[in-house]
Amino acid sequence: MTPDIRRGAALAEEGRLPPERIALVDLLDRLLAGGVVVTGELVLSIADIELVRISLRALIASVRAPDETETEADYEPSWR
Amino acid sequence: MADSGIYLYAVTSEAGEACLRLRGVLDAPVRKISRGDLAAYVSTVPLDQFGEEPLGHLLEDLDWVGEVARAHHRVVEGVAEAGPTAPVRLVTVYSDEEQIRALLARRHDDFLAVLSRVAGRREWGVKAYVDPESASHAGPGGAAERETSVGQRAARPGTAYLQRRKANLRSREDLWRHAVACAERLHAALGEIAVAGRRHRPQDPQLSGRKEWMVLNGAYLVEEERSTEFAAAVAAFREAAAGAGPGTGTGTETGPGPGAGHGAGMGVLGEVMDVAMDVELTGPWAPYSFTAVELETGGREGGAR
Repeated sequence: MTPDIRRGAALAEEGRLPPERIALVDLLDRLLAGGVVVTGELVLSIADIELVRISLRALIASVRAPDETETEADYEPSWR
Repeated sequence: MADSGIYLYAVTSEAGEACLRLRGVLDAPVRKISRGDLAAYVSTVPLDQFGEEPLGHLLEDLDWVGEVARAHHRVVEGVAEAGPTAPVRLVTVYSDEEQIRALLARRHDDFLAVLSRVAGRREWGVKAYVDPESASHAGPGGAAERETSVGQRAARPGTAYLQRRKANLRSREDLWRHAVACAERLHAALGEIAVAGRRHRPQDPQLSGRKEWMVLNGAYLVEEERSTEFAAAVAAFREAAAGAGPGTGTGTETGPGPGAGHGAGMGVLGEVMDVAMDVELTGPWAPYSFTAVELETGGREGGAR
């Protein structure tokens, strides 16, 4: 654990983001595509891809300038 | 019972004793549910937000998603400090604790397999960006120019200029191809140090807030004792990448950088540089990207890969 902590401190010194300021997009990369997925007898799981899409569309829409009227927001990178 | 559910954050071995002063989603206190040698970290959530229908609407709300994601992350980080941790996918909600105990019992071996896979390891993120604009004013050393004007360096300035103009017509394409190849090599080189590597989809520029091409969005599972080596390899690549290709002032300076940056990684990684890239390291993360197994709670056995 120690090297990690030291490394974290080193990163902080380099001006990298402290944990509470981690970019939401980096966090969602992991939270939406990682972690153990449990299916079966549960109330609710976001593993449903439709729900994930909804959230991403919302994210993209919300970071757009308010007066931008583009409606097609896609998870696929727009530069390809 | 009908109006609340149990939000599951992570599963660990019972041996780890995470700090239970943690606050979870909606600031609810986090508690531990044990079953045999496994433990689950959970909190109670209201179903008027975490039911299927309300959730559908709430996922459209960036602030709500952001708060849940950060709360989830905070708990997972807190738990991961105490020992090997298997994070559970964002928003996994059960109706009662008994179901979670049943999950730990039924999927005991699968969870143990996941935990042993991540024990003593942390996840790091590496992203590489290429500025497409660098293609249109490719200076000395630019990929496009290098390809077309090798041996032309001594040519008269006018000739060189025309050649460069011509080269630039297809330089964007070239830049893309070189950058992708470069990212492949970086991914492979980092994979040599890491136990496992995984590529996430490139982030949408509108989400990342960067207009550059993201050519690598990698996650790497690295032994804790190799963390420094891994970070040094990334730093070495960053330095080499900042110097490669067009332009000297690409804005990729990140200060002095780790002292170990000039170590063993440099020789190998220095050679893979073709294109000016901006390389970002994030982490260490809990091993989110390496615990993405699907486990079924009802019925059949044997789900973890």
